[in-house]
Amino acid sequence: MNWLTDFVRPKIKKTAPIEIADNLWEKCPECGQMLFSKELKKSMYVCTRCGHHLRLYVHKRLRLLFDNGEYSPIAIPPLKEDPLKFKDSKKYTDRLRNYRKTTGSEDAIRVAKGEIGGITCVVAAIDFAFMGGSMGMAVGEGIVRAAEICLKNNYPLITVSASGGARMQEGILSLMQMARTTAAINQLKEKGIPFISILTDPTTGGVSASFAMLGDVNIAEKGCLIGFAGPRVIEQTIREKLPDGFQRAEYLQEHGMVDIVVTRSEMKDTLVRVISILTHVKPAVQTLAIENK
Amino acid sequence: MSNANSMVLDFEKTIVEVEAKIEGLKMAAKDEGVDISKEINRLQEKLERQLKISYANLTPWQKAQVARHPDRPHCLDYVGSLIEDFVPLAGDRNFADDPTMIGGIGRFKGISVVVIGQEKGHDLESRIKYNFGMAKPEGYRKAQRLMSMADKFNLPVISFVDTDGAYPGVEAEARGQAEAIASSIERCLQIKTPIVSTVIGMGGSGGAIAIAAADRILMLENSIYSIISPEACSSILWRSTDKVKEAAEALRFTAQDLKHFGVIDEVIKEPLGGAHRDRKATIEAVGDSILKHLKELLPINGEDLRRQRTEKFLEMGRHLPD
Repeated sequence: MNWLTDFVRPKIKKTAPIEIADNLWEKCPECGQMLFSKELKKSMYVCTRCGHHLRLYVHKRLRLLFDNGEYSPIAIPPLKEDPLKFKDSKKYTDRLRNYRKTTGSEDAIRVAKGEIGGITCVVAAIDFAFMGGSMGMAVGEGIVRAAEICLKNNYPLITVSASGGARMQEGILSLMQMARTTAAINQLKEKGIPFISILTDPTTGGVSASFAMLGDVNIAEKGCLIGFAGPRVIEQTIREKLPDGFQRAEYLQEHGMVDIVVTRSEMKDTLVRVISILTHVKPAVQTLAIENK
Repeated sequence: MSNANSMVLDFEKTIVEVEAKIEGLKMAAKDEGVDISKEINRLQEKLERQLKISYANLTPWQKAQVARHPDRPHCLDYVGSLIEDFVPLAGDRNFADDPTMIGGIGRFKGISVVVIGQEKGHDLESRIKYNFGMAKPEGYRKAQRLMSMADKFNLPVISFVDTDGAYPGVEAEARGQAEAIASSIERCLQIKTPIVSTVIGMGGSGGAIAIAAADRILMLENSIYSIISPEACSSILWRSTDKVKEAAEALRFTAQDLKHFGVIDEVIKEPLGGAHRDRKATIEAVGDSILKHLKELLPINGEDLRRQRTEKFLEMGRHLPD
């Protein structure tokens, strides 16, 4: 038994996302191994054969981080939708509507409050399933709101990034989220409130080039892609194939950009240790040692 | 200013033809001593009419072309004309100097300032030297260092934004392009001295905002500031390279759009026919505008200034016009 398999469902049912069709089998995108859903759940969606970390739905991510999987969602005040009245082959508002239907989320972010190792924290997690986790006004507002709550109550802030970058359909207003989120994080820094940035697959573009890289401690999930420009853009620029492991979490650590690279099963313990030390609080739970790689 | 070697934008063909005719007549008048000033005047008027018609109704795609016109004044042109006693400063004190990121100290209309900005270059040789205006991590770290210096010595920061974007390459990634941009935005927001940014041509996404999270953001009339280039947007969203005009319309990246959304503070008028037709007048107009804003900012206490800057960005987009 562990805290994962016997989690308690989040308190507020209404916002629980629609589960994507319960397929019995899932294929590992890395090694092609067919994985049994129940097994996957037990392994925290890590391939039992090659150790590849599959992308997690945002609600699963939140349950993994909070004690007993319990948290209370924090509502994000809505901003003007589709400020540019953007339309390509499809209307942006239609795209939004579709993603809302399939993900059960209003936009690509969830903000939640709860205890992590007995310490009250706020987590703002980006939902990659919602338009590739792209950062528009709603995602920016989510980070700003989360930081405001932390600032007022002295809670540590944790962000979980999984994003292709800024949301083109919101034009310059999406670019401004880089400055907005940075401004919000900077207020925490001035007050000495810890900000931990968790980077997961993938964290690129406007998200990596703003708040995600500014954690007091940056923790990356094993093997995840992190970078400013996407690998395809770079390949087009240099016109050659990129080396293996380029822009992976381990590469970023080697190059001094992230502090810790952990497996999914090590993530929570690592987080508890870091937060508890930075806030001078003894955690309610025992944590596992972090290997010095 | 017209230059025989300069690039001709497609919508400027009639204009350039008339300009050439006028030049031709002037030469002829000089050589043969005949008075054809009437004819020249008539053509001048025609030219002005044509310029007014064309430039009053530029489409977003045409504006993008004007914004990238090679004859537009670039960062070093502004520094050369507006900054006295300029002392260029090099290096990020960590890895290298990035020539793309112009940086230094000098006097702007008598006020000691720090200047930063991206230089694109004006011919093949200089474009290669300045990496086509695409800065690397060391460039953004140089900008950070200079902003810290501004903070220390109580110098206002003037930044000139002109980049298609931060450099997307292997070595830029290896040295942390994302972190360099993030920290540069952060430093803009932290300093206790005024920072005034002007988009003089291309405001290309993260590479631009890295030096433009400012107290005042100004844009030249025909400059653009966008999350993505119309070319890249066309290829990603339309999966085609020939939808650049549609992408340019959809992105709402013109100076006028940004003023409408409350993202920028002022649109600086360009001379008739665009900045590339009268570089001197353009540079003067930019200088006047920067001075006006600096004068408003200089009396404000440093802590207040920083708080107001933070609040400005936190509030941005919360009250958009309909």
